[in-house]
Amino acid sequence: MANVPPIPKRISAIKFGLMSPKEIRKMSATSIDTADTYDDDGFPIDMGLMDTKLGVIDPGLRCKTCHGRAGECPGHFGHINLVAPVIHVGFNKIIRKLLRASCRKCSRLLLDVPQKAHFLSQLTAIEEIGHRPDDVINEAYKEASKVKVCPYCGEEQLDIKFEKPTEYLEDGEKLTPTEIRGRFEGIPDEDIKVIGMDPNNARPEWMILTVLPVPPVTVRPSITLESGQRSEDDLTHKLVDIIRINYRFQENREAGAPQLIIEDLWELLQYHVTTFFDNSVSGIPPARHRSGRPLKTLSQRLKGKEGRFRGSLSGKRVNFSARTVISPDPNLSINEVGVPIPIARILTVPVNVTPRNIEQLRVFIRNSGVVHPGANYVFRPDGRRIKVTESNKEDLAEKIEYNWMVERQLNDGDTVLFNRQPSLHKMSIMAHSVKVLPDKTFRLNPAVCPPYNADFDGDEMNMHALQTEESRAEARILMQVQENILSPRFGGPIIGGIHDHISGLFILTRFEKKISKPNAYDLLRKTDVERVLPEPASFGENGEPYWTGKQIFSQLLPKGLNMGFSAQVCSHCETCKKEECPYDSYVVIEDGELIKGTIDEASIGAFKGKILERIIKQFGASQGARFVDNFTRLAIRAVMRSGLSFGIADEDIPKEASIQINEVLGKAEDDVQKLIQSFINKELEPLPGRTLDETIEMSIMQKLGKARDETGNIADSHMGLENPAVIMARSGARGSILNLTQMAACVGQQAVRGERIQRGYAGRTLPHFAKGDLGSDAHGFVKASYKSGLNPTEYFFHAIGGREGLVDTAVRTSQSGYLQRRLVNALQDLEAQYDLTVRDTRGVVVQFKFGEDGINPTKSDFSKPDAIRRIVSDVVNREVE
Amino acid sequence: MAIGESTIETMTRDMPLPANIMKTLKEEVLRAGVNKKQMEEIIEQVLLEYEMACIEPCDAVGVVAAQSIGEPGTQMTMRTFHYAGVAEINVTLGLPRLVEIVDARKIPSTPMMTIALSKEGPDDYAYDREKTRILAWEIEATKIDHIADVTTDLSQMKLIIDLHEKAMYGRNITIEQVKEKFNDELNVMVAISPDIDNQVIITPNEASYRELLQLAKSIHDVTLKGIEGIKRVVVRKEGEEYTLYTEGSALREVLQFEGVDRTRTTTNNINEIYEVLGIEAARNSIIKEATDTLREQGLTVDIRHIMLVADLMTCDGEVKQIGRHGISGEKSSVFARAAFEVTVNHLLDAGMRGDVDLLQGVTENIIVGQPIRMGTGDVHLVAKKRPNVLAAKDDCEL
Repeated sequence: MANVPPIPKRISAIKFGLMSPKEIRKMSATSIDTADTYDDDGFPIDMGLMDTKLGVIDPGLRCKTCHGRAGECPGHFGHINLVAPVIHVGFNKIIRKLLRASCRKCSRLLLDVPQKAHFLSQLTAIEEIGHRPDDVINEAYKEASKVKVCPYCGEEQLDIKFEKPTEYLEDGEKLTPTEIRGRFEGIPDEDIKVIGMDPNNARPEWMILTVLPVPPVTVRPSITLESGQRSEDDLTHKLVDIIRINYRFQENREAGAPQLIIEDLWELLQYHVTTFFDNSVSGIPPARHRSGRPLKTLSQRLKGKEGRFRGSLSGKRVNFSARTVISPDPNLSINEVGVPIPIARILTVPVNVTPRNIEQLRVFIRNSGVVHPGANYVFRPDGRRIKVTESNKEDLAEKIEYNWMVERQLNDGDTVLFNRQPSLHKMSIMAHSVKVLPDKTFRLNPAVCPPYNADFDGDEMNMHALQTEESRAEARILMQVQENILSPRFGGPIIGGIHDHISGLFILTRFEKKISKPNAYDLLRKTDVERVLPEPASFGENGEPYWTGKQIFSQLLPKGLNMGFSAQVCSHCETCKKEECPYDSYVVIEDGELIKGTIDEASIGAFKGKILERIIKQFGASQGARFVDNFTRLAIRAVMRSGLSFGIADEDIPKEASIQINEVLGKAEDDVQKLIQSFINKELEPLPGRTLDETIEMSIMQKLGKARDETGNIADSHMGLENPAVIMARSGARGSILNLTQMAACVGQQAVRGERIQRGYAGRTLPHFAKGDLGSDAHGFVKASYKSGLNPTEYFFHAIGGREGLVDTAVRTSQSGYLQRRLVNALQDLEAQYDLTVRDTRGVVVQFKFGEDGINPTKSDFSKPDAIRRIVSDVVNREVE
Repeated sequence: MAIGESTIETMTRDMPLPANIMKTLKEEVLRAGVNKKQMEEIIEQVLLEYEMACIEPCDAVGVVAAQSIGEPGTQMTMRTFHYAGVAEINVTLGLPRLVEIVDARKIPSTPMMTIALSKEGPDDYAYDREKTRILAWEIEATKIDHIADVTTDLSQMKLIIDLHEKAMYGRNITIEQVKEKFNDELNVMVAISPDIDNQVIITPNEASYRELLQLAKSIHDVTLKGIEGIKRVVVRKEGEEYTLYTEGSALREVLQFEGVDRTRTTTNNINEIYEVLGIEAARNSIIKEATDTLREQGLTVDIRHIMLVADLMTCDGEVKQIGRHGISGEKSSVFARAAFEVTVNHLLDAGMRGDVDLLQGVTENIIVGQPIRMGTGDVHLVAKKRPNVLAAKDDCEL
């Protein structure tokens, strides 16, 4: 059982505090006294910054403190004894407050005893309810700094001024760090508690450094360049500076140098220690590298997106992952992912050797490097890893025993996680089962594109091979694609048919199609339904049977499914005739048979598919997944057999239509001119609460918008459902009627910030127009259609409108990304409890019942009480029968 | 044999169902006219279905809610100004509005009020155009520019204000009122011209050009009538009823007016609602504003997610921002705060205060590299020791 990982220890808490000089010295492996790093042989100097007592980074050397090799030794701190104390920059704010709040003579906090007791009790109270104490502490500071005469010794308090970066002036006199430290030392422990500090872990005088801890070499490794030259880390550079100045300071002081020089050196030491902690303090120039690049010192390492916290601790790089381009494969199940062989040969899954699998694993080891499911590594029970190579694979195959572990290559049926960035919701990472395929791209069923928001224009996706049995079980149960068809955002399906799936089934099921036996079987060939066709709907002249498209589609539906709803093509007539719909756009399903209606986006589309949603809720997730698999395959076959193409000729409209369109546009232009004329003559009545200028703009916009819609209607009326573009738009497969009318009839008004285009030259948009021209074409109305082609000014305006769209998208992604980050950060600790309350991890109740009714949004039926109606009618109808 | 309402009532009384589900159940059952046996079966099935539909314990509802609101953000428009409902008033919509709501801004970029009018009698405000119009003028802030032309007479060192009679009549304001108002607000000599009708003359206290020009500027800021901050009032008839829409918001003041229906009058300034009506109202207002913003963009987000955000923002009794200065900044964990924003300061403060991080939240545990206590990480299986069984098993193996 050697390679079974031990039960992980849990860290229960982490305490923060300041380090006392004593503590720094105690944990230090050595004092650092010399600024030199390596001797002439390239060996680290003792008491130097690279002393091997601080840990080792060069292979071959051993740490003098723990005798570990590079990689084993975690590194050890050293220390520099500072000749004179310096201020830690990070604590400037508190030092300032504390100086003002404490007596300059007796060091006591300038609050009388009852006040202290009051603040102390407030602090304990606030701590009890788990709130942040900042407000109380600030109040205490404020009260104390108002006091002008010490209530204990009667000393008058002087005004303390802080000057950037690290200078304190008391009535114009400079306070040295030594003096400040002296004052802080005198503050009694019970006073410290009042201002929220913990005297055992953070005495205020420790904010002024007398000893500087030197981070281990492992924290600041030096790199050996190709030329053999050593390049030191920024922190090492900074430490060298500190040691040099420290030494010079000492020399000068011992030599009895004048006060002025001592002060200068002190300031210099302060500068170097300051920049060692934070190189972006305002008020001082950042310390620079020889090349002029500012040094990356301690706080720069922690800050920001790529800093230690967000970059290395909250987000980590992982092994057993792969990334490549994605491409579609409608023959895969939605639960599968096609993994290219080159990736499958590198990613591995650990398998313990047992009597049941030892022979199989031997085959894998022998296959290694030749045939695909091979093995890459073998682990002995003592944890040693052996790479399977051409030369040792036969040996290894013989040698493996029970309790060894073999890392076998990824194979069909393995569970992996699949992800596409940006991971905006939980459906951005789902579990798929592997299907190893040739070539070099990940393959996925196009029906799972919507949750990932993926397309195939070069998108790449990531895959992670799961390594433990627990993780695989969890992924299968919670993360598999079929478990995530319903989105928790709105309780409807987020996976479903797109594009050709919709147009395919639309063409198949629209009205009564006559489908012969071979065709019917061919359509259903790729599906996994039983190969038994129902009674044919009709017979031909020679008695040959024909089936309708609706019958073919019905083969995919489970028995017991009853539904009735309006399809996407529904034209929303004033009185819906429901079952009697003359346009075949009311879907009726009885006992798993499509009786009436056309299948389109409203039935099977992603985000909308009603049939899909009902199947999942009534028959379960695996039936839902099977339904998606089947209808995608059927749809692709259907659209392949009928064909659906779209070309420039499909935008053709008859001559009379274009004449009509021109009339409409001409009339609109006349109307606009009339409006402008009345505006110039000051006859125009302003809309309530609007200026005249705004009114004319709004009326022109309205006029032109109406004209565009009218031309669209004209074009639309000349294109029937035989037009492939109309099929796509009406069924919801792709595009909209607006897209179509822009291509065929008129592009319409180009807008910037919701208004007509106004910017450009003085008084006009382009030099082609007269100054002050308010006409439609001078402000971005495009009369032409995309097909007829835009004239130069129209083209230019169109580009302006298009550019605004692009800028908009770019700004939006960054804004919404930040919003998402903030939301997730604020809400991530909330969890539903066993009593259906929502609490955060501290136990604070946020909601007494989740969503007021405790219902899971995923199962909420779009927040409508459909389920009850269904139950009632089910029970009632059954009794009647 | 259909059962009556009272029987249904007794049968369903003790069911642990939310009110709205209960209501639909009763309605449906009554409509279908079921008998007792059927009713029992329905109750059984409904309870089962309800239990199935409930949220599972240990579910990370917070993250799901945050993602459900954040994810559609990418699909929202950026355009700040849109025309909503009332064409005359601009309202911030889309992503900027959503950001504004979760930011808990003190004043939204486009404050707006919907003032419902009382409709107790047939000739009450809501049905009376004239009354409504007068009320609108009472509310809208009238500045001097609305009713007069101002000329600065440099030779005489005075300001001459020529009031328009028609405009004054429309806004129901008299020359005396104008004079009074200027007197109160500016503390200067205001006189009604004896010679010319509708003329007011203001003389500065000190006869200097500076004083005069300053005065000329400051008279434009004086609100002569109405509520400060309400720039415009629009009257709209919706169905039978007149409603007022305002640009600018002053809920507390507007609620004092007679004829205003206090139960239905609202503003889009969440902070104002909190101050005037309390935290519960603010919570409902957050939910309403967020839902409306999302719906206007054609995005469907389950209301439970929005409720959770609103509840989190308001659960301490004040409206807190989602972000550094609110929820995230007040977390007890040092690591969670450091990993969000202003990393270094949080660490320094924690050191100085001797804070303890109890590693209860999500980020903290990820940082130290251990499983989070949520979802499947919140469940622990403990093997019950049963010595005799173990012994028996050992025997078998032997």
